[in-house]
Amino acid sequence: MTNKTASPWWHHFDSLEHQQETTTFGMWVFLATEVLIFGAIFTGYTVYRSTYTPSFEAASDRLNLLIGAVNTVVLLTSSLTMALAVHAAKLGQTRKVFFRLVLTAVLGLVFLGLKALEYYGDYRDELVPGLAFDPAQWTAPKVHAGQVQLFLVFYYCLTGLHAVHLTIGIIIVAILAWMTRRAAFNSRYYAPVEIWGLYWHFVDLIWIFLLPLLYLIGTRDRWL
Amino acid sequence: MSIDKALDRKDSGSRYYAVYGVLIILTIATVGLSFCDLHAWHTIVGLAIATGKGALVALFFMHRLHSARITWLALFAGLFWLAILLGLTLTDYLTRAWLIY
Repeated sequence: MTNKTASPWWHHFDSLEHQQETTTFGMWVFLATEVLIFGAIFTGYTVYRSTYTPSFEAASDRLNLLIGAVNTVVLLTSSLTMALAVHAAKLGQTRKVFFRLVLTAVLGLVFLGLKALEYYGDYRDELVPGLAFDPAQWTAPKVHAGQVQLFLVFYYCLTGLHAVHLTIGIIIVAILAWMTRRAAFNSRYYAPVEIWGLYWHFVDLIWIFLLPLLYLIGTRDRWL
Repeated sequence: MSIDKALDRKDSGSRYYAVYGVLIILTIATVGLSFCDLHAWHTIVGLAIATGKGALVALFFMHRLHSARITWLALFAGLFWLAILLGLTLTDYLTRAWLIY
């Protein structure tokens, strides 16, 4: 075990399983801290949402549900391709791992592209506090322009932080695809694909909760 | 001890497609329900469906069912601290009736 090239695991682990369990556990611990980053914003959101309910529902109704829903499907599909990439990695099917990782990264880019389109639409609809916002649009009873802007700030913080995570994920998945090409993994050693798969699914999981909390909080009568 | 006993065998990964199908159906359901008049129930229904989808992602895509048991510790620690964060904050704010404008 002193000869590093002869052993598929690092010298301070007893076995390959020990090493894999440790790296997986490490990623889960990191994801637990991520729960708290998003959890803090979710908590602030919940407090204001319960206090300014009519304004939050009115503002949510103006978001682009069509892009929100399509992006949900795009991200779920990317999670499927990621899960299939990890599955192929376990079986040592390098070519499949490569193509599925590339597909995952491309779907992530599609999500970001649609999100950019949505942000531009929000800008055109004057839904960006401080940059393009028209208080005169918000005259319904119990709806206040200040509270609407608060909802929109939560919307940009949550979707923005999510987009940052997704961008990091895309870069890492692209690096993993390149490493797969360079034959860095085999059916015994594929821990990086496995743990970054966990990260990718976590980013998907956050979006699963963002959809109802941002887009679906009142009764809708239109998509856009 | 094997990390993924069930995955060591040759298998096609067909359960991932099945889970994906259920996730898409639940997404269509949650978006469709937002057009129905559920009054104050939209958030409850939306979060219930999201929790179901999240559980499917965690159990199958994230291999929760087959991973080493110690990883449950990290998962529950994360959820436990989230419960403290949400629970203790809301017991304060939701009982301040004078703050409702």
